Amino acid sequence: MRDATPTRIVGTPALRKEGFGKVTGGARYIDDIVLLGMWHGATVRSSIARGAIKDIRFGAGINWDEFVIVTAKDIPGANCIPLIVDNDQPVLADARVNHPEEPVVLLAHPDKARLHEAVEAVEIDYDPLPAVFTIEESERQQTIVWGEDNVIKRFLVEKGDVDSAWQHAAHIVSGEYRTGAQEQLYIENNGVIAEWSDADGLIIRGSMQCPYYVHKALLRVFDLPAEKVRVIQAETGGAFGGKEDYPSLIAAHAGLLALKAGRPVKIIYDREEDLAATTKRHPSRTRYRTAVDKDGHLLAMDIQVDLDGGAYATVSPTVLSRATIHSAGPYLCENIRVRSHAWATNVPPHGAFRGFGSPQTIFGIERHMDQIAKAVGISPEEVRRRNFLAQGNATATGQLIRDPIDLRGMMDRALKVSDYHAKRARFARENATSSAIKHGMGIASFMHGAGFTGSGERYLNSLVGLEADASGHLTVLVSSTEFGQGTNTMLSQVVAEALGLSCEDVSIAQPDTNRVPNSGPTVASRTTMIVGRLVHDAALALAGILREKNLLSEEFSADEFRAACAAYTAQFGALRSEARYQPPKDIFWDDAKYQGDAYPAFAWAVYVAEVAVDTRTYAAEVVNFYTVQEVGRVMNPVLAAGQIEGGVAQGVGYALYEKVVWKDGRMSNNQMTNYIIPTAADVPNIEVYFEEMPCEHGPYGAKGLGELPHDGPAPAILNAIQDAAGISFTSIPLLPEDIFLRMAEAPEPECLEIVGSAKGPQ
Amino acid sequence: MRSNVSEYEFIAPGSLDAVLALLSAEPGAWTPMAGGTELMVALGAGRLEQRKLVSLWGIGELRGITASADWLTIGAGATYTDIRENAAIAKEFPLLARSASWTGAIANQNRGTLGGNIVNASPAADSPPVLLVYEAEIELVSAQGARRMNYSEFHLGYKRTVLRPQELVMAVHLPRGHRLPVEYLRKVGTRNAMAISKVALAGVGAMQSGKVQTVRIAAASLRETPARLSMTEAVLVGHALTSDRIQAARKALLQEVKPIDDVRSTAKYRAHVAANLLEEFLNQMAASES
Amino acid sequence: MSAAKIQLSEIRFKVNGVERSATVPPMKRLLDVLREDLALTGVKEGCGEGECGSCSVLLDGVLVNSCLVPALQASGCEVLTVEGLATNGALAHIQRTFLELGGTQCGICTPGMMLAAESLLRKNPHPDLDAIREGLAGNLCRCTGYMRIIDAVKHAIEEPILTADLAPEETVHK
Repeated sequence: MRDATPTRIVGTPALRKEGFGKVTGGARYIDDIVLLGMWHGATVRSSIARGAIKDIRFGAGINWDEFVIVTAKDIPGANCIPLIVDNDQPVLADARVNHPEEPVVLLAHPDKARLHEAVEAVEIDYDPLPAVFTIEESERQQTIVWGEDNVIKRFLVEKGDVDSAWQHAAHIVSGEYRTGAQEQLYIENNGVIAEWSDADGLIIRGSMQCPYYVHKALLRVFDLPAEKVRVIQAETGGAFGGKEDYPSLIAAHAGLLALKAGRPVKIIYDREEDLAATTKRHPSRTRYRTAVDKDGHLLAMDIQVDLDGGAYATVSPTVLSRATIHSAGPYLCENIRVRSHAWATNVPPHGAFRGFGSPQTIFGIERHMDQIAKAVGISPEEVRRRNFLAQGNATATGQLIRDPIDLRGMMDRALKVSDYHAKRARFARENATSSAIKHGMGIASFMHGAGFTGSGERYLNSLVGLEADASGHLTVLVSSTEFGQGTNTMLSQVVAEALGLSCEDVSIAQPDTNRVPNSGPTVASRTTMIVGRLVHDAALALAGILREKNLLSEEFSADEFRAACAAYTAQFGALRSEARYQPPKDIFWDDAKYQGDAYPAFAWAVYVAEVAVDTRTYAAEVVNFYTVQEVGRVMNPVLAAGQIEGGVAQGVGYALYEKVVWKDGRMSNNQMTNYIIPTAADVPNIEVYFEEMPCEHGPYGAKGLGELPHDGPAPAILNAIQDAAGISFTSIPLLPEDIFLRMAEAPEPECLEIVGSAKGPQ
Repeated sequence: MRSNVSEYEFIAPGSLDAVLALLSAEPGAWTPMAGGTELMVALGAGRLEQRKLVSLWGIGELRGITASADWLTIGAGATYTDIRENAAIAKEFPLLARSASWTGAIANQNRGTLGGNIVNASPAADSPPVLLVYEAEIELVSAQGARRMNYSEFHLGYKRTVLRPQELVMAVHLPRGHRLPVEYLRKVGTRNAMAISKVALAGVGAMQSGKVQTVRIAAASLRETPARLSMTEAVLVGHALTSDRIQAARKALLQEVKPIDDVRSTAKYRAHVAANLLEEFLNQMAASES
Repeated sequence: MSAAKIQLSEIRFKVNGVERSATVPPMKRLLDVLREDLALTGVKEGCGEGECGSCSVLLDGVLVNSCLVPALQASGCEVLTVEGLATNGALAHIQRTFLELGGTQCGICTPGMMLAAESLLRKNPHPDLDAIREGLAGNLCRCTGYMRIIDAVKHAIEEPILTADLAPEETVHK
């Protein structure tokens, strides 16, 4: 559906569907919901990183009879959260713990105020075991903490012949790049309410992205048939990946307490607990060894990607997959090898966070491209232009780029809107005459694959539904969730556009596994492109049903549609259509070789950062940030720009502010006052420009865009810092303390070691 | 919320006399609380050990900002907002207004008080370095009477002060008519707003005939208490600000500060940045006569 | 443990223009009194330490973090929460601009953010960019990058962009 035809509603700033509740305080988030007779639950967690549990004692001074207490023994089904690797992460630690803050005991009490003291009074004795906390410790494989070799997942991607390429190189440029853990820091902490009844089974309400993930997990944990578990998403106050898998665990906990207490139980994490216990972005180390010719063309890339997965597999295999596939960047290179590993460590499992592995490797490749430019003696802009993928080229996995792409045009536009050349020249002049503040410009160009990787969408096999009532009002039935991105609005626009109605004629059913089919998880920048397309198909199917009964002609007005719905429901009852995912015919993926079409479509972007580095405080600040992206058709310009700006702000935090301080595997700065995210006074001016090149896979030509904006800021900012200060930093978060260590010391040579310069091209 | 609020007594006697009588009757039993920006945080985190609290909020005697011929008097209950918005402070003690504007954000400034900031005695607090360079005096009051001292004598050690259990800080007095031509204040925090300082430096001074006539320098987050940097000052007074002299001052500063590594920054960074800020201040001093 | 229960206090105050009272422990956070005793759940908790601003309300017209205000200190005061911004069912300008200009995404910071904006605009009806950034700096938002919030505050003093009346969107979830 490469569709550039004019639209009435798609492409307009339709009002946020659930916005009224959000600006009036009426929206009901999970902690706003109170059920009759509801108790409150709390979690007793491990205090050590790894060890055997010897004894659990319930200390003096608490009347334990008032509490409901749950341990692993109370689990009716399997003690595991099934996700990608089964029988890995337990619901409650039983014989042993594998990371700090691992749930061990659950408590419930009618008075929330009594819980904290009780949690403190539970004493757990351990026999400590040796633990590993870093990629380096894990890959040494001296202490095995997971499986046989600490490797949660590995990939090997090979294209061409890397080993033969080095001899032809004019330059061989090597570099190592590191990124830290990053907290999603949704402002609404995690929370769930569970109810149990013998008749209906388990009902879960909560803050979550993926109701069917929770559903699947609970079937195992409670050993129940599908119809005895019902999962309902409450209004969700931000997620960013952080509510992809962890809510399954909390739901299991609340469910176990509700089952034992015989009454509803609410578990709401406070900020300290949410920060310390729940998932973060995977820390990474990427190594690039690249061969380039004298003009800066990439001849070979030998790439090593290593992620710290934490104590259990959770989503690490798929995060590693995306990290691997994005590690060669938007560049053409005939010889590529990527070896990647997700390593187990004894820290709380790392999980999904916007970008899902790609911010890590795009940081690596985009920092590295600047080092190549330096080695070759060309500009950062030029090294990218000379290597950009073009239509008809093949990516690292051998995916042929069939859609038109215009990275060079986007580069032109990004440099123009940022006034890049003039500013860079001016800054170079001013910096030389030793002002205390050094300014610089940095570029990152990158892509983000939309939808599940490889065969993922085939496995998901998503289904959506659409209902119409007699008045012609439509309700979209999807498990795709709204948590700020604009899902509700976008889907309403698709339906309204397809059926000639207005957004007010469309509702979105509350995600409730009793009501909505499984349209897949709300992750991977897939909702607009994949689910939006299915909802579009369902809308056309619904019109088709009406036409089949001769109630609707080919062309119809809104009134005619309503009349047809009235006539249909009067005659035939419920009016409902469905659409199921159909794999595109020309998309192939080989999971064994990790070759083929990794994603149905990529979004592309060129970002430019303008920074100021204060040589007295060693603080780097982003002054302006310019974004040019091609995301297919823009469905809603206000929501889309909001996604880009929000992602950039998170990327600024990732680069310059947000540091998880680890102590023996535990986050020690688990307060908002010590984990620093940008305030309104810290974010730069952010400019957003879209190129629109309609894509055949999404509705009205849309692609996914939610994750894209988090991929580019960090390398663009560090490239700009190198431009400003002449120092190549290779690790984020880059705090003033880090800049100080390099800048305050005697002036040093370029950081990125250029390993060798072969004699010349042959 | 990690505390059980049912375990905390909290009363609001409503007048200064009543609060002082209570503090004298049971010395140490009651903890005064003004705007709650510190103690309520401790309550939420489950680390508020004091179980009996008495409210100072809304006691008018504590909140005024008044001027006499020689002194500007700021009641301990004055909020950062009160300080930011006071015309006399803006005109005569602008560094204090600036430090108030950098403390937390608007909501915190509306509740946090100068007295609370002082009594909390955090080495990272924003107002103390400014009070030190302005040579403030502090007035303490109890049912038995009042006493007044140089503010520089108030802090004894990490979170320890001369305040007795039955006493409150009544007011801070700033000497009027002694404004020096160069004033400097810079806070280096974790971000631009809502930041706790990693290091802050306040300085005032005057040059005469190319030499430092007067200089007062104070810092936050560099010692266990907010502190004047008297060794550094001594290196400067009476000297021209040559680059050698500035280097000597940097060295003196590095000798007399004792910063720490913590969750927000490192000792080395703090010390080095403090020296940089000192240099920035001294460059302003040097330029002030030209 | 919590044997010695303290005396409860009767807090009388005016909330969103209505006289209300609650009999609660005097140290109960105003945040919890509003949410639990008065069911004003538009007031959100994000951090419980005065850092995120989600619980912002106006207390006697002054912006405060309600997680740091003990109930007793709100006695006799006037409290404005997000629920009191709209008048007679009509959204306040600040609510309309947040809605129309993309100032709300996940919505959890929105009530506090709008009250911070309200507080700013009452003091400074024509704030420049720096004043807006400063006025909102105590309210953390993780979704928007603040650009559209700043825009919403800029436009709140102007006529709303839409002329049509906005009704509660009853049909979002049906």
